[in-house]
Amino acid sequence: MAKQRILELPVWEAADKIRGQEITSEEYVAATLKRIREVEPDVHAYITLIEEPALTQAQAIDKKIRRGGDLGRLAGLPVAIKDNICVRGFTTTCASKMLENFVTPYDATVVERILGEDGVIIGKTNLDEFAMGTSTEYSYFGPTKNPWDTSKVPGGSSGGSAAAVSALEAAFALGSDTGGSVRSPASFCCIVGLKPTYGAVSRYGLVSYANSLEQIGPFARDVRSCALLTSVIAGYDARDSTSSDKFPADLVLKRSLPKLTIGVPREFFEEGVQEGVSKTVRDAISRLEKAGVKLSFEEISLPMLKYALPAYYIIAMSEASSNLARYDGIRYGYRVPDRTLDWGTVFSKDRGVGFGAEVRRRIMLGTYALSAGYFDQYYLKAQKIRTLLRREFDGAFKRFDLLLAPSMPILPFGLGEKMEDPLQLYMCDIETVPANLTGIPSLSVPCGVSEGLPVGMQLMAPPFREDLLFQAGRLVEDLLPVDRSAGEFTHA
Amino acid sequence: MHEQDTEGVKIGLEVHCQLTSLATKLFCSSPSDYRGKPPNTNICPVCIGTPGSLPVLNRKAVTHAAMIALALNFKIPERMLFFRKNYFYPDMAKNFQITQYDRAGGVPFATDGHITLDSGKRIRIGRMQLEEDPAKLSYDGTIESSTQTFVDYNRAGITLVEIVTDPDFESPREAREFLNKLSSILEHLSVSDLNLEGSVRCDANISMAGGRRVEVKNISSFKEVERALNFEITRQRSLTSKGIKVMQETRHWDEIRRITISLRLKEEEQDYRYFPEADLVPVTLTKQFVQDVKKGMPEMPEERAKRFQKDYHLSGETAQILVREKALADFFEEAAKHSKDARQLGSWLAVDLQAYLNEYGKSLEELKLTPKHFAEMANMVSSGEVSRGAAKTAFVEMLKTGRMPRSISEEKGLKVISDTGFVESLIDKIFSENPQAVQDALKDPKAVNFLLGQIMRATKGRVDPAVANRLVRERLAAAKGSK
Repeated sequence: MAKQRILELPVWEAADKIRGQEITSEEYVAATLKRIREVEPDVHAYITLIEEPALTQAQAIDKKIRRGGDLGRLAGLPVAIKDNICVRGFTTTCASKMLENFVTPYDATVVERILGEDGVIIGKTNLDEFAMGTSTEYSYFGPTKNPWDTSKVPGGSSGGSAAAVSALEAAFALGSDTGGSVRSPASFCCIVGLKPTYGAVSRYGLVSYANSLEQIGPFARDVRSCALLTSVIAGYDARDSTSSDKFPADLVLKRSLPKLTIGVPREFFEEGVQEGVSKTVRDAISRLEKAGVKLSFEEISLPMLKYALPAYYIIAMSEASSNLARYDGIRYGYRVPDRTLDWGTVFSKDRGVGFGAEVRRRIMLGTYALSAGYFDQYYLKAQKIRTLLRREFDGAFKRFDLLLAPSMPILPFGLGEKMEDPLQLYMCDIETVPANLTGIPSLSVPCGVSEGLPVGMQLMAPPFREDLLFQAGRLVEDLLPVDRSAGEFTHA
Repeated sequence: MHEQDTEGVKIGLEVHCQLTSLATKLFCSSPSDYRGKPPNTNICPVCIGTPGSLPVLNRKAVTHAAMIALALNFKIPERMLFFRKNYFYPDMAKNFQITQYDRAGGVPFATDGHITLDSGKRIRIGRMQLEEDPAKLSYDGTIESSTQTFVDYNRAGITLVEIVTDPDFESPREAREFLNKLSSILEHLSVSDLNLEGSVRCDANISMAGGRRVEVKNISSFKEVERALNFEITRQRSLTSKGIKVMQETRHWDEIRRITISLRLKEEEQDYRYFPEADLVPVTLTKQFVQDVKKGMPEMPEERAKRFQKDYHLSGETAQILVREKALADFFEEAAKHSKDARQLGSWLAVDLQAYLNEYGKSLEELKLTPKHFAEMANMVSSGEVSRGAAKTAFVEMLKTGRMPRSISEEKGLKVISDTGFVESLIDKIFSENPQAVQDALKDPKAVNFLLGQIMRATKGRVDPAVANRLVRERLAAAKGSK
């Protein structure tokens, strides 16, 4: 098999071939590294590459396979990690000048689990600084480009991870999703991405942006591979007290499906949603209906949805203002060179220079929302909306197995196009933030193309029902396949 | 310490106490025992706030805090949750402290507690909170002159309970009594060793009639609190007497100079932007949990004092003094095993020993005496072997040298003289030396005391008073009869 072609195999199939010694982990990792060298100048998915250690690890795994040892579920396949998740011995920059040289002393729980299942960590990927953004343009290290069309943004904030998977620069990747940061780039880069149920995946080792909202989530090029990585990273972790033991220990994807009823809230297709997007998603729905599969759809209304976006931004920014307070340059991170200044001046200068404009904006807005006199009006009110929204979703899930929406309200836009208009960028999260506010799992699957650009469909399920998402997601990808060869760097 | 006029004084206390008997810190597995370790060696990613680390609640800390809450008559709300207190300061690695809060949907760990003083007065304790200790800052020389600040995170994340009273104290003496009772309760619970350096800190609010409230911060031991408050009363009174208004301000207690120093005048209240700590899920403290904690609680000082009164026939006052420190109460009970007269023993420990310790500023521990020393002391007196008066000499000698009291008594010849022959000859001598006194005593029975006193003086109190009394009276009766 041609070296580059092996990268185009569905990843679960590549895993079987490595297990069966048809190909080696070293071959796969080497092919991936070669691919990275070829496409990185155009895509810029990575901040840090972990080449030598990855090859050494792959060789060790191959040796183990030859000896007949127990092979882990990730079978020597390369995984890319968003650079706000800690990998011991390497920098965790969060794409910020602030943490440019911060070497992490420990592995995140998800990284431990990947290594435990013989996954190979191949590099750390680009993101919007501290995961604050929807386009991966707010990175201290420069933007990532969309491999489907490099004149477009890849979505964000986990744009580096999505681009790496889409451009065959990794078999899988991890991102983090605070308000859509996995689903947005999955949709824009035409791959599959999951925001798991809050508490399903340990956050230990994820650098917090808004800790009550975010989860680490997997990216893959197909649903089955996405489910595989999900099953590796999910599960209770004593180091994260918000983690849960409710995630099923073995995620079995049944071939024969029960009939699923899917609610389609009309609010997800209204304000700010591009015609091309809503049409593509609605077409996808009618094609699924016509295919005679076990899916039925019904349009519904969830009126609280219109308050979700402001509530999300108030909560996220409030939490960010506190979570990012520790970056004062004293123990690590950017420090002004002048050693004669007093403490107050030092931390103000460190933070003024070390953080980019968008991070500073969110810290200041969050600080404002938590301040005496504004707290009730903003933070508490946002929390009330969150409670009401959760109630509305609970009600909807009494009638429906799943809810459906576009993943993104607009098509992948041009690099630099919205950089100067933060409000327009915030609007891009309108489809995704409800799942974060309510804690439910949500999957983005490619469902079509509009104006030559990929469109993602978002499926949402009740807490810890990721199995339903994967089952429905596989139907979508089987019945509505998107031709990846149409993209610029999305095929070998 | 001189007594002063405390008219119109109102005092409230805020006590921070480390739970030193926990094995690990409040939110991570770094050891609780940080003392004496090289700086920044007793740390982990969690307690220095390394990006990506998360706090996990120490369940044992919750149990210990619940014990304290029950002992202080608090109500424990069912829902326990934490808040973040946001402020930029180098002693906080995260630049926020994980604590609890009583507003914005928060609840303290416990509410509406109290301690009752011996007078029967109830000091209300509004709330108690569980929180993490900050790091320790140090300087080259003084804060003002140092060009650098050093941060040692060994202490960061140690479990603290914060206990906040209402302004119910009307004198520094009441504050001291409260703190004595509080420290005895903590000792009896074995949750905190208050003798460890830095294990307890106290802030005091004090105002006087007509003046504003002054906060005295960072008093580093319970003993210093009364001193600091007395100083403040004197200072505020002298200002008032000169017609100067007492301003609202924060002052610092300088232990060495024994004065308070102004830190800052009232400024705008700092906005800590409290909000819920989402990294820690709310914990439900069920009725069952509280009941189980209650069941597992050791005997508390008040109960112990009552038991002492009942089992050892002590006076209420003696019993209260003994339970003021757990070590003393334990010592008493151990000594009582070797003593036939616990009442006698109690009075030596509660009165004579306390007077000695106060005078020399020492602790029982420093004296290196065993319970047997005191048991023997009490036994010698109650068996009539040594008189209470003469025993005092042996007692002081025992405290100073650590020798057993009987051997001191033997060496010094303190044993009670009940040999009637010897006493008779002594009476001969004293009667002949004091003819006038004998005449007086014949007329007025009360004047007998002078003659008895002379006998005691001549023998340094060693004569059995009953024997002396009987023989003197016999001799006087004989003299009367022969007249």
